[in-house]
Amino acid sequence: MAPIVSVSNLVKTYASGFQALKDVSLEIEEGEILALLGPNGAGKTTLISIICGIVNPTSGEVRVGGYDVVRDFRETRSIIGLVPQELTTDQFETVWNTVSFSRGLHGKKPDPAHIEKVLKDLSLYDKKDNMLRELSGGMKRRVLIAKALSHEPRILFLDEPTAGVDVNLRKDMWQVVERLRETGVTIILTTHYIEEAEEIADRVGVINGGKILLIEQKTDLMKKLGRKELRVDLQEPISTIPETLSTYELTIEDEGHSLIYDYNTASERTGITTLLTALAEAGIRLKDISTRQSSLEDIFVELVGARA
Amino acid sequence: MNLEAVKSIYFFEMARTRRTLLQSVVSPVISTSLYFIVFGAAVGSRIQEIDGVSYGAFITPGLIMLTLLTQCIGNGSFGIYFPKFTGTIYEILSSPVSMTEIVLGYVGAAATKGLMIGTIILGTAALFVDLHIAHPLVMILFFVLTAITFSLFGFIIGIWAKDFEQLNLIPMLVIPPLVFLGGSFYSIDMLPPFWQAVSHFNPVLYLISGFRWSFFEIADVNPVVSFSIIIVFLAVLMGLLTWIFRTGYRLRN
Repeated sequence: MAPIVSVSNLVKTYASGFQALKDVSLEIEEGEILALLGPNGAGKTTLISIICGIVNPTSGEVRVGGYDVVRDFRETRSIIGLVPQELTTDQFETVWNTVSFSRGLHGKKPDPAHIEKVLKDLSLYDKKDNMLRELSGGMKRRVLIAKALSHEPRILFLDEPTAGVDVNLRKDMWQVVERLRETGVTIILTTHYIEEAEEIADRVGVINGGKILLIEQKTDLMKKLGRKELRVDLQEPISTIPETLSTYELTIEDEGHSLIYDYNTASERTGITTLLTALAEAGIRLKDISTRQSSLEDIFVELVGARA
Repeated sequence: MNLEAVKSIYFFEMARTRRTLLQSVVSPVISTSLYFIVFGAAVGSRIQEIDGVSYGAFITPGLIMLTLLTQCIGNGSFGIYFPKFTGTIYEILSSPVSMTEIVLGYVGAAATKGLMIGTIILGTAALFVDLHIAHPLVMILFFVLTAITFSLFGFIIGIWAKDFEQLNLIPMLVIPPLVFLGGSFYSIDMLPPFWQAVSHFNPVLYLISGFRWSFFEIADVNPVVSFSIIIVFLAVLMGLLTWIFRTGYRLRN
């Protein structure tokens, strides 16, 4: 099946000379949730802005639903919904009017039933007659999502959707995203929160310095790059690692009460069995053993750090 | 043509006028009424007729033009500048709306507001002076064309402006002098020859002159020339706007 979004050799150089995107190519499949991770200034928002038509590309091609975003902008923009990073709202307008306005902009005839459903889904219906300036930050964020969904888009871009949002609201947002996915909406989100990507994404892309460093299925990525940590708590503290254990990558923690062994789950032999045998032969008595999978955050930091 | 989008932008902008009725409508009506009281009744009663027209009636077209130009430029510029300022412009730019449709929505609303207020001023003027419109259709043509042209001019200023100071620069500092020196309160025949020649470089002179001709059949310049000048100005603005949209100047970069 053809990808719903296809970006080829995209370059964006601003008038100041700053190159925000350097030959970016990626494809997004219909119905998936793609999380784009990257530090500030990595190029995430520029990439989204070009796909949505807000910023002109310098060179390269972007196709959405098979259409070119510049030449066939009506076709591409009519199936895209965008939730921007900033809380940009017309403060003196009511929730109902601003959401209806967004629907009209996308060429759709008024449909009060749909607007009502969107507002109810986002727990905004009881605020429909409130002016936006009367709403909290979290509520305004929901209004932006409602505006983006007002014209029933097939693709939804969420640019830092939970930035500055409290934990409860963030989890509510994740539920909203999950419900949208169930209806077949393709979702692309940029985020600083690794746990957000880990929680809801199917695929993860890492962007830094205007380049896509990788795009992988989240599970594959964690399997491929994921390191595991074996923690061995000792009955008696040690000050140095015995010579017989020098071949293992061990570090001492907790003032000698724990040994940490890093290993790669992808390798054929993890070395755990031989390590435990060697510990016993060295006369080190164990109190407890635990393992910890490295998180997406560890992977991200490692990846961005290595290529910085 | 995305008519729903044009309607949405148009009615969204018109709703702003309803919300700010006092500032949008009442304020210009009061200030223009003051002009009529001071220049029309108080000062005007001591000034002789100009080309057979009472002074109060003579200044009416100029005062309507002053309001129309100020309102159209103000509304046209603010309409597009405000979403740029608040950031909500992202929504317009990411919608399936062509630049022509954006202009129709914003400029249409700005021109409508200008025409509404201009009509109210005309009605207000009729309370103070004895008005006679010799060529109503020509008057409407000048009225509508000027509203559209200067709303478009305002729209371009709104795109160009980076801050509120720039936004107000032309409406506050350029337009009033041009209107006042464009024959609003006098016929340029009353000026020395040098200043008469200088006045011909003032585009607003042609607007006021043509508009006044439609009322009283008196003009400083031929009404056909006045009409041509508006058309040329409109064409220049359309050309400028086409360039702005093609390059994304201060919108998509």
